[in-house]
Amino acid sequence: MSTTIRFPILDRLLFASPGPPGEVPNEVRRRGSSSACPSPSHINTISKTPSVCCADTSPGGPGEASLSTRTPPPAVYSPRSTLDARPEHSADSPVSIHAMTVAYARKPVLWDVDYDAPSNALIAIVGPNGAGKSTMIKACLGLIPRAAGTVEFWGQSYKQARSRIGYVPQRESVDWDFPVSALDVVCMGRYRKIGWCRPVTKFHKLAAMEALERVGMADFAKRQISQLSGGQQQRVFLARALTQEADLYFMDEPFAGVDAATERAIIDVLRELRTNGKTVIVVHHDLQTVPEYFDHVLLLNMRIVASGPVGEVFTADNLQKTYGGRLTLLAEAAEAVARAAKGN
Amino acid sequence: MIPELIQTFLTLDLFPLLGAIFASLSCGLLGNFLVLRKQSLMGDAISHAVLPGLVLAFLITQDRSPIHMFIGAAVSALVTVILVEVIKRLGKVEPGAAMGVVFSVLFALGVFLLENANARGVDLDANCVLHGNLQILFWTTSPTEWSHFLSENIRSEVPRQIWTLLATTIAVIIFITVFFKELRIASFDAGIATVQGINAGVMHMALMTFVAIAAVASFEAVGSILVIAMLICPAATARLLTDRLITQILVSAIIALLTAIGGYALASWMGVNAAGMMASTAGAILVVVMIGSPSHGVIAKARNQRKLGNLVALEDILGALYRLAETEEHTTREQLIATLGSSKRTHKAIDRALTHKLIKVVNTQLQLTQTGLAQGAGIIRKHRQWEGYLVEQVGISPDHVHETAEQLEHLIDPDLPNQHTDPHGKPIPPKNS
Repeated sequence: MSTTIRFPILDRLLFASPGPPGEVPNEVRRRGSSSACPSPSHINTISKTPSVCCADTSPGGPGEASLSTRTPPPAVYSPRSTLDARPEHSADSPVSIHAMTVAYARKPVLWDVDYDAPSNALIAIVGPNGAGKSTMIKACLGLIPRAAGTVEFWGQSYKQARSRIGYVPQRESVDWDFPVSALDVVCMGRYRKIGWCRPVTKFHKLAAMEALERVGMADFAKRQISQLSGGQQQRVFLARALTQEADLYFMDEPFAGVDAATERAIIDVLRELRTNGKTVIVVHHDLQTVPEYFDHVLLLNMRIVASGPVGEVFTADNLQKTYGGRLTLLAEAAEAVARAAKGN
Repeated sequence: MIPELIQTFLTLDLFPLLGAIFASLSCGLLGNFLVLRKQSLMGDAISHAVLPGLVLAFLITQDRSPIHMFIGAAVSALVTVILVEVIKRLGKVEPGAAMGVVFSVLFALGVFLLENANARGVDLDANCVLHGNLQILFWTTSPTEWSHFLSENIRSEVPRQIWTLLATTIAVIIFITVFFKELRIASFDAGIATVQGINAGVMHMALMTFVAIAAVASFEAVGSILVIAMLICPAATARLLTDRLITQILVSAIIALLTAIGGYALASWMGVNAAGMMASTAGAILVVVMIGSPSHGVIAKARNQRKLGNLVALEDILGALYRLAETEEHTTREQLIATLGSSKRTHKAIDRALTHKLIKVVNTQLQLTQTGLAQGAGIIRKHRQWEGYLVEQVGISPDHVHETAEQLEHLIDPDLPNQHTDPHGKPIPPKNS
């Protein structure tokens, strides 16, 4: 009986789909062009703009070098399926997230996330345990359902764009005793290109070998995956993503528990990807290396605390907000919603 | 003219044997994916849970026509898969518990219905549910001449169960061959499968459907015990023999064949139930492979351990002699054994070092040869580098690190550059000295 109880405000917040453009609150509309924004406005924190958090939307700045000379978003937007009436989102962004809320068993884990990823950048998602970092990636990829919100890739739906999107899941997500070789695993990155029911041809195996070579694992191609070290397994996962030849990569904790050589190999590959104009969004746990490895950072704790270029956003103040426990009330609210929905 | 012995075989054994082979193959092949997904119990669940479906189909239609039986069983199998999911989610229990609950309850329900049906004079037999009725598949009109095999009506003499099982086996082989790549990715990494456009959930349901079909088709001929055994044993056995999925599937097919033929032969020889004997054979093969597998077997693992133990003993000797050589001290064999701990392994290791000319005896004193010195330096280098790492990087106090380094030196080379002394001030031998 309790599952029928509705909480109008919470339900709108958590489970409603984004309303038509006419209902967009004024704060959301404010990013008509960058000139309308005061200069630091592409950095948003909860305290400044509680209702929405739209990150930097400038197109195609090649990494750190262009941070100071970013170009304004283009005045004319290409046709969009659902976000076209929302000027705060850029059609050039590899991924635009609008009002995304995700709940596990009715317990909200991500609240109202708005984000536009800059293209051609290395972006870190940083936040404490349970902040919803992996959840954010998985929800973008449609691996878990969204309670509300829209996600678009270059202005297209996931279905339309998914051949351009690569994914590196957490290493713990699979059974490493599975009877496959490193090369087999990397070949899995090409299954979409190969197509249903077709065997893996030599051409694709060569491409997979090339990817293994890029991460320094060519010598281990024939090894069964349980005979690889944790770092080597992580590099196999990376090679699998590389062989997808995507333009946007999501990586879930690729640096977790890896050795120094692997960390080096991964960061080299990430930089190479950036040089080739790709965008990489990485769930990262090591705060110390954020400024060295990444151009942009997204501080997350159940919602976006701040996002933007590392130099401007990765501040002690923002980290305090992310890790400092001010959001505990939000966590308690999530628990309460979950309990109410379950009828406990 | 067909000799009498072969004729007896044709009459009594050919069809039961074929039935056993097809049932074993279809279940054995599908079992690979169940075992890899850690869902072996699902075969168990489905093969038990089809019973109420069979009985209900009979009670409703009042005849035993195969198509009705099949539909009844298939519906039960589907209900099982769905119930397991529902109980897993709502009951918040682990998958194994959910499957256990569903199949035991459904099976009990089936037995209950069966007894009621029996009470009304219906010839459904609970025993046959467990071990099937292979023995009734005899060929009453088996040919007496070889040429009869070419005649037209021979096809109509083959029992329906054999045709069903043959069709199922072919369907399973086609399914696994055509969707091999998709089944592999969906079993290994559902997330990546979905990102690659292969819906892991759909593949799972397709696999379960085939398991249900194979279980139902095999059920009548060989009974639930063999179905369960064949869904698990050949795949589990094959997994111990290879690290490649494609090889594993082929090996599991061979094991399924061996099990069917071997089990049947044993059963005929001992005059016991064929399905039960085949299931026992499957288990016996698994045990043998578990012990004897060249890579994953108990024996192989023990051998590897012994090898490692011998290596450690040898390296300890070289290390100890190197330390003595640093201070230009010497030791006799007896003293060395006393310091390292007297064991058979140490004695043997010293003998081995002598035969391999790593050490030599000079005036009853043991000394390292040139090769022995180089090897000893390598071990001490590893040991002292580990000590350095543990103190400087891990922050363990210098008097605590020796024991740990003593073990790590045999397993992994830290290969840290630019270190010259260990935390105790002792020199770290240079590389390749």
